[in-house]
Amino acid sequence: MIDKVENPVLEVHDLTVTYHRKPVLWGIDLTLPGGVLAGIIGPNGAGKSTLIKTIMNIVPAQSGYVEVFGRPVQEVLSRVSYVPQRESVDWDFPASAYDVVMMGRYGKIGLLRRPRKSDKEIVMECLRKVGLEGYHNRQISQLSGGQQQRVFLARALAQGADIYFMDEPFAGVDAATELSIIELLRSMVRQGKTIVVVHHDLHSAQKYFDWIILLNMRLIASGKTKDVFTEKLLQETYGGKLTLLTNISELLEKNQFPVREKK
Amino acid sequence: MIRISLAFLLQDGSLMNELYIITTGALVAGTCSILGCFLILRKMAMVADAISHAILPGIVLTYLVFDSKDSFLMLIGAGVFGFFTAFLIEWIHSRLRLQEDASIGISFTFLFSIGVILISYYASNIDLDMDCVLYGEITYVPLNTVTLQNGLNLGPKALWTSGAMFLLVVSFVSLFYKELRICTFDPSYAVSIGIATVIWHYALMGLLSFTTVICFESVGSVLVVTFFIVPPATAYLITNKLNHMIILSVLSGIVASVGGYFLANLLNASIAAGMCTTCGIEFLLAFLLKRQKR
Repeated sequence: MIDKVENPVLEVHDLTVTYHRKPVLWGIDLTLPGGVLAGIIGPNGAGKSTLIKTIMNIVPAQSGYVEVFGRPVQEVLSRVSYVPQRESVDWDFPASAYDVVMMGRYGKIGLLRRPRKSDKEIVMECLRKVGLEGYHNRQISQLSGGQQQRVFLARALAQGADIYFMDEPFAGVDAATELSIIELLRSMVRQGKTIVVVHHDLHSAQKYFDWIILLNMRLIASGKTKDVFTEKLLQETYGGKLTLLTNISELLEKNQFPVREKK
Repeated sequence: MIRISLAFLLQDGSLMNELYIITTGALVAGTCSILGCFLILRKMAMVADAISHAILPGIVLTYLVFDSKDSFLMLIGAGVFGFFTAFLIEWIHSRLRLQEDASIGISFTFLFSIGVILISYYASNIDLDMDCVLYGEITYVPLNTVTLQNGLNLGPKALWTSGAMFLLVVSFVSLFYKELRICTFDPSYAVSIGIATVIWHYALMGLLSFTTVICFESVGSVLVVTFFIVPPATAYLITNKLNHMIILSVLSGIVASVGGYFLANLLNASIAAGMCTTCGIEFLLAFLLKRQKR
């Protein structure tokens, strides 16, 4: 079930990525329409993070290509924003929430220039959007996990991009924060932005996303949530052991399924 | 040896010589501390130590190829090897999937031992020993002076070289502060907004190599490694902002140079050791200050 769309904002063509000679992603072919909130779903080690890192050109592709807005991603970096996993950085780094969000403006400010007044205003505005306006001077290690995640989100917002790739933005976030983040993402989608989120939790996936990409090393499905979120496709993604859709999240908690069933 | 030269300095009694030693110490401290801030935040503090050893084959090869002890040529040779070390560490770390600290250990011990073998193999026909090429001594700073052709004495050579290095590092870091900060904090994100992290990494490593070589020649090994790590670590304990951390580490290094000189004078001990000890004391004070705050 792979939906091909006309005029996609993101096109991934025959993408293969290897990591120390072992394939992580194999022949990924997908297109994504604009203005959707899309979720990338799959088991641990399915290559979800690798997919968005490859799209952002952080990880090199073995073969295939990626186009965003019809052009190679390097040419449209100012319209693309990436939110790394929260654990990927050292939060003891000497910086305040404001400093980190300001990094979102660096691409626009350019070499040898200092942030202008307008940049500072945008940073404060983005901190306000994620509900952290009172914390701008707070050292980042003194923020809670959810607040750190929102700092990353505010940094991405500060870029003013049109498409966002977010790696597990709900990891280590409490339920209330998760809801406020999803509300924020939805309001961005209403403004015509496209958001792609790597997501772990099958339970909430159906509620959150209009578009779902099922991934397990190869692309299992990509399409509207109602078409893709079926027992058959989920079983294919998670290794064919899931008997009932309603049991999925329950089962997932009891035992993590291996990435690949058959050797 | 150190005692003798100290006695010489004291006999000479010149205030100028004291000033030369302290200023050179302060300039080296400043240069190393600024770079050291980025090193410890990148968890690469020991790269400075590694580079300082790994440049040995560079110095020996320069001497063998050009048959000269011209310090400028040696500097280039050493700088090239410093850069190569940084590259080797990165290569082993990323290609062979070995931990960064292990790849640091492998790279510099290997290169250093090659240098030692080269020296011992050619020892019969070269007049080169490790002490004279590798290990400077801050006490001797006033002895090696720059004299113009008309006989004008411009003061110690080490003062000029470390001063130039200080200016270079200060201007590099202040001009590219944004880029260095983002590459240190979040390299993947930096790539995603179009910043060439690899170039900045090697720019920093190149600067580090030259700083190490120049400062080694001026003030000696232990002192350089101390200045790279201890003042930034001290500053890291007491501040939460990167720009404050850089400024505080420079100040801490300068205080250590002045304080260390007088400490050494008081105890009639090695000046370098005095400065290192003062750095250590400052770190202890910062630690106590931090505990007090909690």
